[in-house]
Amino acid sequence: MTEQNQALESYEAQAKALVAKLAPALAAPRQAAFERFSRGGIPATRLESWKYTNLARALRSTEFRTLEEVGVLAGPDLLPAPLAEGAQRIVFVNGRFRRDLSAADLPDGVRIDSLQDLATSRPSEIEEIFGEGLEEPLFDLNTVLAEDGAVLSFEPGTIHDRPIEILWLSGLTQTPASFHPRLAIRLGAGAAGTVVERCHGLGDQSYFANAAGTISLAPAARLNHLRLNADSAGAIQTNTILVRLSREATYNGFLLNLGAALSRQEIHAWLEGEQAECRLNGAYLLSGAQHGDVTTRIEHRAPSTISRETFKGALDDRARAVFQGKIVVDPDAQKADGRMLNKTLLLSDKAEIDSKPELEIYADDVQCAHGATAGEIDNEALFYLRSRGIAEPKARAILVESFLADALDGFAVEALRPALDACLAEWLAARGTDEGTTK
Amino acid sequence: MTADTETVEQVRDLGERYKYGFVTDIEAETAPKGLSEDIVRFISAKKNEPEWLLDWRLKAYRQWLAMPEPEWAKVDFPPIDYQDAYYFSAPKLKEAPKSLEEVDPKLLETYEKLGIPLREQEMLAGVAVDAVFDSVSVATTFKKKLEDVGVIFCSISEALQKHPDLVRQYLGSVVPPADNKHSCLNSAVFTDGSFVYVPKGVRCPMELSTYFRINAENTGQFERTLIIADEGSYVSYLEGCTAPMRDENQLHAAVVELIALDDAEIKYSTVQNWYPGDENGVGGIYNFVTKRGDCRGRNSKISWTQVETGSAITWKYPSCLLRGDNSVGEFYSIAITNNLQQADTGTKMIHMGKNTRSRIISKGISAGKSSQTYRGLVKMGPRADRARNYTQCDSLLIGPRAAAHTVPYIESKNRSAQVEHEATTSRISEDQLFYCRQRSIPAEDAVALVVNGFCREVLQQLPMEFAVEAQKLVGISLEGSVG
Amino acid sequence: MLEIKNLHAEVEGKPILKGIDLSIAPGEVHAIMGPNGSGKSTLSYVLAGREGYEVTAGQVTFQGKNLLDMEPEERAGEGVFLALQYPVEIPGVPNTTFLKEAVNSIRKYRGESEVDAMQFLKLMRAKLKELGMSDEYLKRAVNVGFSGGEKKRNEMLQMAMLEPSLAVLDETDSGLDIDALKAVAEGVNAMCAPERSMLVITHYQRLLDHIVPDHVHIMVGGRIVRSGGPELAHELERKGYAEFVGKAA
Repeated sequence: MTEQNQALESYEAQAKALVAKLAPALAAPRQAAFERFSRGGIPATRLESWKYTNLARALRSTEFRTLEEVGVLAGPDLLPAPLAEGAQRIVFVNGRFRRDLSAADLPDGVRIDSLQDLATSRPSEIEEIFGEGLEEPLFDLNTVLAEDGAVLSFEPGTIHDRPIEILWLSGLTQTPASFHPRLAIRLGAGAAGTVVERCHGLGDQSYFANAAGTISLAPAARLNHLRLNADSAGAIQTNTILVRLSREATYNGFLLNLGAALSRQEIHAWLEGEQAECRLNGAYLLSGAQHGDVTTRIEHRAPSTISRETFKGALDDRARAVFQGKIVVDPDAQKADGRMLNKTLLLSDKAEIDSKPELEIYADDVQCAHGATAGEIDNEALFYLRSRGIAEPKARAILVESFLADALDGFAVEALRPALDACLAEWLAARGTDEGTTK
Repeated sequence: MTADTETVEQVRDLGERYKYGFVTDIEAETAPKGLSEDIVRFISAKKNEPEWLLDWRLKAYRQWLAMPEPEWAKVDFPPIDYQDAYYFSAPKLKEAPKSLEEVDPKLLETYEKLGIPLREQEMLAGVAVDAVFDSVSVATTFKKKLEDVGVIFCSISEALQKHPDLVRQYLGSVVPPADNKHSCLNSAVFTDGSFVYVPKGVRCPMELSTYFRINAENTGQFERTLIIADEGSYVSYLEGCTAPMRDENQLHAAVVELIALDDAEIKYSTVQNWYPGDENGVGGIYNFVTKRGDCRGRNSKISWTQVETGSAITWKYPSCLLRGDNSVGEFYSIAITNNLQQADTGTKMIHMGKNTRSRIISKGISAGKSSQTYRGLVKMGPRADRARNYTQCDSLLIGPRAAAHTVPYIESKNRSAQVEHEATTSRISEDQLFYCRQRSIPAEDAVALVVNGFCREVLQQLPMEFAVEAQKLVGISLEGSVG
Repeated sequence: MLEIKNLHAEVEGKPILKGIDLSIAPGEVHAIMGPNGSGKSTLSYVLAGREGYEVTAGQVTFQGKNLLDMEPEERAGEGVFLALQYPVEIPGVPNTTFLKEAVNSIRKYRGESEVDAMQFLKLMRAKLKELGMSDEYLKRAVNVGFSGGEKKRNEMLQMAMLEPSLAVLDETDSGLDIDALKAVAEGVNAMCAPERSMLVITHYQRLLDHIVPDHVHIMVGGRIVRSGGPELAHELERKGYAEFVGKAA
C-alpha cells in the first residue's frame, strides 16, 4: 500500500501547486474530489465496474511524470488533415491549449475558452464547471489534476452545422508524461452543433491521458459528437464523460476506438427531461495486444425518453475488448424506450471479448431490450465471396466492413461519413498485410 | 481402538463439555444452538459417519470461518446470525397430525387451489402415513423397480453406510467446499439429501422425486444432493413441490452436484415454493443454493428446469461445466416475485470442450414491490472450438413498484465459438388484458393466463406431474398483484 | 476442359466420394443425377474448394492445371463457377459492390485491366436486361430477403457477369416453381457456348427438359454407376433410382 500512498501524496502536492497557479476558486472542488479519490485510488479489478480492466496494474509498469517535469518537445510542425472539409480546429498538445494552432474565426454564438483563460477572466464559471460531474475515480482524479482544457459553448438558438474539430495531440515528450485535460461542451436552448474530438498520438512515446468532462444540452438542443481515438500504440488513454440531456434534447454520439495500449471510454448519459433522446453508437477495432474498454451508463430519469445504443467491434491478434453497457430506468421514468446492441467479431484465435450488457429497470411501463453476440466471420459467406474470385483477405475485409456498417449508419452525419469509412478501410487494409496472424 | 469405541469416546467427551455450559445430553435429538467445531463433530458422530467425512467437514468449517460474506448479488438482507440456529434435529419433532382436520386450514386451502390429490395432501401435511394408505406397498414397488435395474436412490446418509466408496469418489468433485461461503457451510453441517447413481446404459424407469425418498427426513436446511449418471444412462429428478413449505429455519443453504459421464443425461427439475414471509416480508426463508452440473463425458447432457416462487430472498445459479466434447447444458427458469421478495438468480455455462452447446431461457415476473435480477455467465474457454450458446431473458413487470434487472456476463476467448444473447423487459400489454376481460375473464385470471403464455417455453420443459401444478402455482403467486 | 480421375473425398472423416471418373470437353453440357445422399453436392463443393471437404485420393485437372491445389478464389480466376443450392445471404454488402469486387478480382488474376464504376454499372444493367431482371437488384444486399427464385436468378446474374469456362450448377432447380425454372434455364442456355462447359447437378429430370444435356451420369453412393445420352434421364424418370442403387452396393 505504500506505493498507493506515495502516488496519493504526489497527487495532493500537484493539486496544491495547480491551485496556486490556476485559480484559488478551484481549491474546494479539488479538495473534495481528492478526498473521494483517495478512498479507492486508481481503479483495479476489485471494483465491479473495473472487473475486466486493470488500470492500476497498467499504470504501475511505467513511470509517468508531469509535463513540468518532463518538458515538452517543440512542434508539431505538421498537423494531421482535418476529418471534415472546412472544419474549424481547436488544438491542444498534451492537454494544453495552443491558440497559435487554433482557428480564430468561430461564428457568432459559438465560443471556445481554455481553462486558463476562464481562470483569469471568469473564475466563477470555472468553479461551476469543476463542481459538476461524476463521482467516479478517474473523473475525480481529473478534477484534482487538470491544468488546462476547453469550454465550448453555443448560445441559445445558435445553429452551426459546420464541424468544430477539437484535436488532442499527445506525445512529443522525452520521457512518458501524464496529463488530465478537462472538457465542457454546453449548448443553450434550441442550439445545434457538430463537434469532432480527435485523440491523436504523435511519435512513439507513451503517455497517460486522463480526460474528463461534461456535455450539457439545454431543452431542444442537438449535438452531433464524434470522438475518434487514435492514440499512440504505447499510450494509456481514459476518457470519462457525463452527458446531461434536458427535455427534447438530442445527443447523437459516435465513438471510434482505434488506438492506445489500454483505453477506457466511460460515458454516462442522464436523460433528465421528457422526450430527450440519446443515441450512442460506436465501433472498436483492436489488434496487437491492445485492450479497449467501453463502459456506458444511460439513465432514463424522466418519462418518455429514448435511448439507442449500438457498439460493434472487430478484434485481431491478441487484442481484448470489454463492453459494459447499462440501461437504468428510474421509477418515475415511465414510457422509457431503450435498446442496446453489442456485437463483436473475433478475427483471430487469441482475441478476447468480455461483454456485459445490463438492464436495471424500476418502472413498469417501459420497452427495454438488449442483445449481445460474439463470434467469428461467417464461414459460409466467406466461401461464397472466394468462390466468386475475391481473394481471402479482401473477402474478410468486405465482411468486416459490412458487419460494422450499421453502427456507422446509426450516426448519420453525412459530412463525417467519408472520414469514418476511410479510418475503417485503413484498419482493414493493415489486417490484410499480416494475413498469417489472422488464421 | 475400533471405530465404534472411538465414536463413543468422542461423543462422551462432548457430553462432558456440555455439562458445563449446555443443557443437552448425548441422547438428545437436537444439538445445542449455535455453530462450532463441536457441533460439526456432534453431527458426524450422530450420523455414524466414516472418519474421512468428519475430516472433510472440519476442513470445510475452518475454511468457512475465514471467508467473507459474498457481495455479488443484488439483495438486501440483515446480516445472518449463524449462532442463532439449530444445526441438527432429528425428524418429526412435533407430533404429527392424525388427520387432515388437524392441519392448518389455510394450508389446506392452498392444496385445494393447487389441485393436489387428497392423499398427497396428507403426505405433505405430515399426517402419519400408515393411517392413510398403504404407503408401504407404493414405496416397495417403486423401490423394487429401481433395484431391478441397479439404480441406487436413497438418502445420502444411507449411501454413506451402504456405498461409501461411491460417495467418496464423487462428493465435492463438482462443488468443492470452499467454492463459496454458503456451500462451505453446507459442507460442514449438511445433514441429509438425496443420492442417486444410475449404472451404465440404464434409463431410469421413472422420474425420481423427493416425495418418494424412503424415510424422508424433512427437507433440511442444509441438504446435500449428489446424482451420478454413468455412461449411457438417463435420469429425470424432481425436487420440491408446489405446496408452500414452511420451516422454522430461516436459512437454507443446499448444495446439489450432478455428474454426467459419456453419453449420459440428467434432467433436474425444481418447483419450489418456499414461504415468502407475510406481506411485509417478515419470517420468510432465505434460499441460498449452489447447484452445479459437470458434463464430464463426451455427448453428455444436463438440463436444469426450475419454477421458483416464494422465499424472501433467493440466491441460486444452477450451472453447467461443459467439459466433454459435444456436451449440452440447458437452463430453463421461471422466477416469480411478489410483495417484498428479492431474487438474484441465473446460471453459469462454462464451455470448455469442443462443439459444446448451451441454451438459456429465463423468464422473470416481478410484481408488488419485489425485485428480481437475472445474473448469468456464459464463458467460452480458449479450447471451446465451435461451441454455441443461445440465451433469451425476458422480464415482465406487474405494477409500477416492481423492479427487474438483467446482468449477463459474456466472456469469449474462442473465435469459432458463437454467443447470442437477447433480453427484453416490459409489462403485460393493456391490450392483452382488455381482450381477456372482454371475454369475461376476471382481471387476476387474465394476468395468470397471460403470464402462463409468457412462460410457456419453460413450462413445456417440466415433467408432466409438475407442469400442471406449476401453472396453477404461477396464478397463485400473483394473487393480489393486480388492482 | 475438366478431367476427374478416381476422386475420393471425405467430410468429417466420413467417405462420401468413392472413386469418381468424369471427362468434360469444351462446349459440352453434362448432367449428374442421383438420389439424396449420393454425394452430388459434395462433388460440387470439392470442385469449388470448400473447406471441410478433404480429398483422400484421385486428381482433378482443369484446362491442364491441377485444380485441387488451388484456393477457391484461384479456381474462380481460372474460370470455375459454382451456383450454390442454398445461396448465402450477406447483409450489409450491396449486390453491386459484391459483383464489382468479384469481376475485378478475376480480371486482376487474369492480368486484365479492371473496370471502373461507370463501366461496371453499364455492364451490369445490360445483363440484368438480358436476364429480364429489374434494376432493384443493384441496390439490395446480396440475397437478403430474396425469395428462392430470386436467389437462383442472382446466381445466374453472377454467372453472366463472371463469364466462367466451367459452370457447376448444384440443384439449381430446387425450390423453384415452373416459371422461375424456365427463367433460370433460359439464362443457362443463353450462356451455352463452344468454349464453355456446364455441369448440371439435379435430382429431378424436369430441369433437363429445358436444359438439354449431351451426357447424363447417374451417381449413387459416391460413384457414377451409369452414363449415357439424354434418353438416360427419361429412363430414370420411368424407373426411379432403385435399380441403380442396387448396382452401387
